[in-house]
Amino acid sequence: MSTGNMNLTLKVWRQKNNNTKGALVDYKLAGISPDMSFLEMFDVLNEDLITKGEEPVVFDHDCREGICGMCSMFINGRPHGPKDLVTTCQLHMRSFKDGDTIVVEPWRAAAFPVVKDLTVDRSAFDRVIAAGGFISVNTGNAQDANSLPIPKMQADAAFEAAACIGCGACVATCKNASAMLFVSAKISQLALLPQGQPERYRRVQSMVAQMDAEGFGNCTNTGACEAECPKGISLENIARMNRDFASAKFVSEETI
Amino acid sequence: MSGFGNALSSSIGRKYVMGVTGIFLILFLIVHAGINSLIFLDDNGLTFNVGAHFMATNWIIRAGEYVLFLGLLVHIYQAINLTIQNKKARPQTYAVYNGSANSKWYSRSMGLLGTLLLIFLVIHLKDFWVVSRFTGIPTVDANGHEDLYAVMREKFHDPVRVAAYVLLMISLCYHLLHGFASAFQTMGWNHSKYNGIIKGASVWYSIIISILFALMPIAVYTGLIN
Amino acid sequence: MSDINSNIPEGELTNKWTKFKSSVPLVNPSNKRTIEVIIVGSGLAGASAAATLAEMGYKVKCFCFQDSPRRAHSIAAQGGINAAKNYQNDGDSVYRLFYDTIKGGDYRSREANVHRLAEVSTNIIDQCVAQGVPLAREYGGLLDNRSFGGTQVQRTFYAAGQTGQQLLLGAYSALERQIGMGKVEMYTRHEMLEVVKIDGKARGIIARNLITGEIERHFGHAVVLGTGGYGNVFYLSTNAMGSNVTAAWKAHKQGAYFANPCYTQIHPTCIPVSGDHQSKLTLMSESLRNDGRIWVPKKKDDNRKASEIPEDERDYYLERRYPAFGNLVPRDVASRAAKERCDAGYGVGASKLAVYLDFKANTERYGKIEASKSGIHNPDKETCMRLGTEVIKAKYGNLFDMYAQITGENPYETPMRIYPAVHYTMGGLWVDYNLMTSVPGLYCTGEANFSDHGANRLGASALMQGLADGYFVLPYTIGAYLSKEISVKAIPTDHPAFVEAEERAKGILNTLINIKGTKSVDHFHKRLGHIMWEKCGMSRSETGLKQAIEDIRALRAEFWSNVKVPGIAEELNPELEKAGRVADFIELGELMCIDALNRNESCGGHFREEYQTEEGEALRDDEDFAYVAAWEFKEGVNFELHKEELKFENIKVAQRSYK
Ligand SMILES: Cc1cc2nc3c(=O)[nH]c(=O)nc-3n(C[C@H](O)[C@H](O)[C@H](O)COP(=O)(O)OP(=O)(O)OC[C@H]3O[C@@H](n4cnc5c(N)ncnc54)[C@H](O)[C@@H]3O)c2cc1C
Ligand code: HEM
Ligand code: SF4
Ligand code: FES
Repeated sequence: MSTGNMNLTLKVWRQKNNNTKGALVDYKLAGISPDMSFLEMFDVLNEDLITKGEEPVVFDHDCREGICGMCSMFINGRPHGPKDLVTTCQLHMRSFKDGDTIVVEPWRAAAFPVVKDLTVDRSAFDRVIAAGGFISVNTGNAQDANSLPIPKMQADAAFEAAACIGCGACVATCKNASAMLFVSAKISQLALLPQGQPERYRRVQSMVAQMDAEGFGNCTNTGACEAECPKGISLENIARMNRDFASAKFVSEETI
Repeated sequence: MSGFGNALSSSIGRKYVMGVTGIFLILFLIVHAGINSLIFLDDNGLTFNVGAHFMATNWIIRAGEYVLFLGLLVHIYQAINLTIQNKKARPQTYAVYNGSANSKWYSRSMGLLGTLLLIFLVIHLKDFWVVSRFTGIPTVDANGHEDLYAVMREKFHDPVRVAAYVLLMISLCYHLLHGFASAFQTMGWNHSKYNGIIKGASVWYSIIISILFALMPIAVYTGLIN
Repeated sequence: MSDINSNIPEGELTNKWTKFKSSVPLVNPSNKRTIEVIIVGSGLAGASAAATLAEMGYKVKCFCFQDSPRRAHSIAAQGGINAAKNYQNDGDSVYRLFYDTIKGGDYRSREANVHRLAEVSTNIIDQCVAQGVPLAREYGGLLDNRSFGGTQVQRTFYAAGQTGQQLLLGAYSALERQIGMGKVEMYTRHEMLEVVKIDGKARGIIARNLITGEIERHFGHAVVLGTGGYGNVFYLSTNAMGSNVTAAWKAHKQGAYFANPCYTQIHPTCIPVSGDHQSKLTLMSESLRNDGRIWVPKKKDDNRKASEIPEDERDYYLERRYPAFGNLVPRDVASRAAKERCDAGYGVGASKLAVYLDFKANTERYGKIEASKSGIHNPDKETCMRLGTEVIKAKYGNLFDMYAQITGENPYETPMRIYPAVHYTMGGLWVDYNLMTSVPGLYCTGEANFSDHGANRLGASALMQGLADGYFVLPYTIGAYLSKEISVKAIPTDHPAFVEAEERAKGILNTLINIKGTKSVDHFHKRLGHIMWEKCGMSRSETGLKQAIEDIRALRAEFWSNVKVPGIAEELNPELEKAGRVADFIELGELMCIDALNRNESCGGHFREEYQTEEGEALRDDEDFAYVAAWEFKEGVNFELHKEELKFENIKVAQRSYK
C-alpha cells in the first residue's frame, strides 16, 4: 500500500498494561516512503498487524502537527527522535536511512507510569498546574486589556516560556527524570508578566511542592531537557524558578 | 523550621545546598591552590612552609577548616541523597539511551567524578593533613618551620601516587567544568548579559585549578623544582 | 415558515443581550452547590465554560478523550482571535464586526447571536490578558493586531502562530485552578458515548473510560457538549486524529436537531497531500496571506521552477479577480479560486494540485523598512532580503519551520505550495439563543454547534466564538434553565434511563468487536473521506450528491458486516474508539449529502455547480433558502427537515462582493 522503498527493522516496546512486564518486539517493515511522518510509518505497521490478526501498537497522538504535546516516543535513545526542535509527529522518515534499525520505547519515569505499549500517564503534569499554574482571576473580573502595558521583551519572553506543549520529553530524556523544565516554564511565564506578580511567590512554592510529591527526580543541570525540548524552552526558566524559590522561601513572608 | 517549610528539603532546596557547598569548595580550592603554588617559587619550600604554617596556626583558618569539613560532608551527603532519589525517579531504564546527543558526559557523571574525588580526598588527607595535624611532621626547614615541603617531596617520589594524583585532577577538572556553571544556574544567577562570563570563568577556573594541582606532583617527581 | 423557536429575546438588536442578562433568573449560591453540570469537551468552549461555571459555584464534571484537557484541538489554532476593540483606530466597532461576520457567513446566520458575539468579543481579550495569556505586543507595551480575511480593519489579536495554544492554555489554567480546588472533577481519557434523557430532559451521559474500557454513568442537571468539529468525516482534514462527531451524533439520535451539516469550510492555505500514506493535513495559517501573494503560472502545465518564472508570466489571480480584498478574500472564495485554477490546468508541483504562496515581495518590502530604520539608504537587494527574512521569521517562524519539516523544502527560499483542505465545520447541533439544543437541558457550544458563522466562517472568529460561548454566554443562559431545576435532587444512576443508555452503548461496542471482518477501520474511513471530498467537498452537484448518498449507504452496510476491530472492549483499544467514531461519521456523511442536496443554492462554503453567476461566484437564493436547515433523526437512519427562518432586520442582504 505504501509508495516508498525504505526497509526498516523496528524494535518496539510492547506492554499489555501497567501490571504486566513488557519487552521489545522486532518488526520488519518494507516500502516506507521518506515523505511519511514517523507516526504514519506506525500507521503502516499497525495496518499490517491488524491484517495479520495481531494487536496494533498503542501510542499517544492527536494533532499530528506538533502542538498538542500528545505524541511521545523515545526513538533510538532520544525523545522525539534524532531531529532537534520537532515532535515525534513532525519527524519524517527522511531523517532515517534504508536498512536502519529503530528502537522505540515509551517515556520512562516513575511519575509517568506506562499505560500500554508506548502510552504513558502524564497526569502528574496536570496536577502540578492545578497546584498553582494559573492567575486567580474569575471570569468577568478583568480590566481593559490595554490598561496594563507590558514591555515587548517581557511579553515575548513570557510567550517563549508559554510555548511549552507539556509533552514530557524533558522528563523522558533527563537522566534524573526531573520535570524542572516543564514546571519552570509555567512559573516563568507568569513570573514575567505583571498579572502574575500577586501570586508569584505562592505559586513557585506550591508548584515545586507538587512536582516533588509526584516523584520526579532532581535537576542536575545537565541541560539535556533544553537540548531535547521540541519547543526550545530555555534553561533560563529553571534559573528563574530557582531564584524565585529562594526569594519565596527566604525573603517573602508568604508560606504555604 | 516554621516559616521556611521545605526550603532545604525540597528538590530545589537540596540543589541550593549542593550549590552553596560547591561554591564554598570552589573558593577553598582557590586558597588551597594559591598557597600550594608557592612551591613553584623553587626556594626549597621555604615560602610554602610559611604559608602552610600560617594555614595550620591561624585561628580563622582553623575555624574555617571545620566549616570546610562540614561543607564537604554536607556536599557528599546531599550528593548521595540526590543520586539515590534520582535513580528512584526512573526505576525502569531505557534499552537505548543516547545521552551524548544532548548533554556532556561529565555532567551526567558528577556522582562518579565526585566519588573519585572522595577517594582522592581520603588519600590526600592521609598523605598531608593527617601528617601535619596529628602524626606530626618529622623535619623542620631552614627557617625552623615544620617542613611540609619535605613531606610532599617524599610522597611525590612514588610514580604510582603521582599518576593517581594527576588522573584525579582530571576528574576534578571535569567535576568543576560542570559544577562551576551549574552552581550558578542552581542559585539562579543567570543573566543573559553575564552568562558568557560565567561560562568562560567556569572553563578557565576548572582548567587552571586542575593544572596547577596536577603540576605539583609532576614538578616534584620530575625534579622540575627541587 | 419557521417551525422551531430560537427564543431570541424581543427588542432592539443592540439591547437584546444586555436586557437578557439583566432579566435572566438567577440561581442562589447555596442552590448552585447542589446543581451538577456535565461538560463534555475541554477545548476553548468546554474548558472556559467548566471553569466559569465552577467559579460561579456549580458542581462541574468535565470530560475529554485526550490524556489532558490541555490537548483539545483548539490548541492547534494558529492565526488569531478577533475582537472589536478598535485599538488600531481604524474604524472598527461592534457593529462592524457584527456586519463582517454576517456578510462573511453569506447571510446564513442569526443576527441576534452574531451581534451578541461581537459585543462580548472585547471582554474575551480582557479576560485572557488577565489570565496571563501572552498576546503579541508592540514596543509601547500595548497589544498588537493583524488583519484576517474578509475584513478591512485590523482586529485580530494573536500570539505568534500559536494563538489557539495560548488561549487554550489560559482556559486550561483556569480549569486546573478549579480542579485543584475540587470544584471541577476532571475525567480525562473518557469518551462520551450516550446522552441520558429522563422525562425528555438531558440528565447525564454514558462515558467509556478509555484506559480500562469500563462504561460509566454520570448524572448532571444539565449537559453541555463542547466537543468540537466534525471535519474528520473527510478523513483528511486539519483536525486532530481524534476529532469526532460521536458526542454530537449521539445527542442527535436522542432528539437534538443537527443544523446545516453541509456547511463545510475548506481552508485555502494548507500543505498539499503528498501521498496515500497521508493521515492528516496541516494548515498554514490564514495570517500568512497578510504577507504572502498567491499566484500560478500564466502558462498551462508550466513545469519551470517558481524562481524561473518571470514576474510578467505569473497570474496573481486573487489580486486580479478581487482587487478590493486581493489575497485577503474570505476562505471559501480563495479556496474555490485555487481549485478553479488547478482544475483549469494551471496547478503547480508534482501533483498539479497546488498554487504558490510567495513571500518574496513583502520580504523585500520589510527589508527596505528595516534597512532605513538602521540607517541604510539604498540597500541592495540582498541586504533587503536578509533583513526582511528576519521580520518574516519573527512573524511566522513556527509556520515556516513546520512547512520545511513536512515538505523538506525551505520556504524562505522557494514559495510555499498550498492547496485547500477541510478545516472547519460551520454546521453542528442546532441551538437556540440560549445555546440549548432541541433537547431541554442539553446545551452545545463552540464548533460543535451551528450558531454564529452561517455558511462560511471568517478567520479568527472560531476562537472568539468558543470563548464567547464558554466564558460569557452559556454561564448566563444556562442559569435560566437551572433556576427551574433547583428542586431536582441528583438522580441516582441506577435509574432505568441510565441502564438503558448504557445497554445501547455497550451493544454498539460489542457489535463492533464481534463483526471480526477483514477490513480495518481506517480502510472504511478513507473510503468515506474519498466519497465526501469528491462529491460533497469544494463543489457539489445534484448527480454527484445522489451518487454519494447511495455510495455511503452501501459503505455503511459493508462497514457493519466487514469491519475488523482487534482486541477487546475491556482495555485501552484505540481501534475500537476509531470504529465507533467512523460508524457515526458514515451516518453523518449521508446527512451532509442530503442537506447539500436539499440546499438548491450556493452560499459560503456550500457551492452547488448548478447555482453560480456567470463569473463563477456563488449564487444564493434568499427567496427559498434563507433558513437554517435543522434535521431531526428518525428511526433507521432517516432524517426530517425543520426550518428556522432567518430574518435580517438590521443588515441589508446583498450579494457578497469582495471586488
Ligand atoms: C489547524 C487549525 C487552525 C485554526 N486556526 C484558527 C484561528 O486562527 N482562529 C480561529 O478563530 N479559529 C481557528 N481554528 C478553529 C478553532 O480552533 C476551532 O474551531 C475551535 O478551537 C474549536 O474549539 P472547541 O472547544 O469547540 O473544540 P475542540 O477544541 O476541538 O475541543 C473538543 C473537546 O471535546 C472533547 N471531545 C470530543 N469528542 C468527545 C467525546 N465523544 N467524548 C468526550 N470528549 C470529547 C475533546 O477531548 C476536546 O476536549 C483553527 C482550527 C484548526 C483545526
Ligand atoms: C573539592 C571538591 C569538590 C568541589 C569543589 C565540588 C564542587 C561542586 C560544585 C560546584 C557542584 C555543582 C553544584 C550545583 O550544581 O549546584 C558540585 C556538584 C556535585 N558534586 Fe561536588 N565538589 C567537590 C567534591 C565532591 C565530592 C567528594 C563528591 C561526592 C561524593 C561530589 C559530588 C557531587 C555531585 C554528585 C554533584 C552533582 C549534583 C548537582 O549537580 O546538582 N562532589 N560539586
Ligand atoms: S519543556 Fe519542552 S520537553 Fe518539557 S514538556 Fe514542555 S515542551 Fe515538552
Ligand atoms: S500529535 Fe500533537 S504534538 Fe505530536
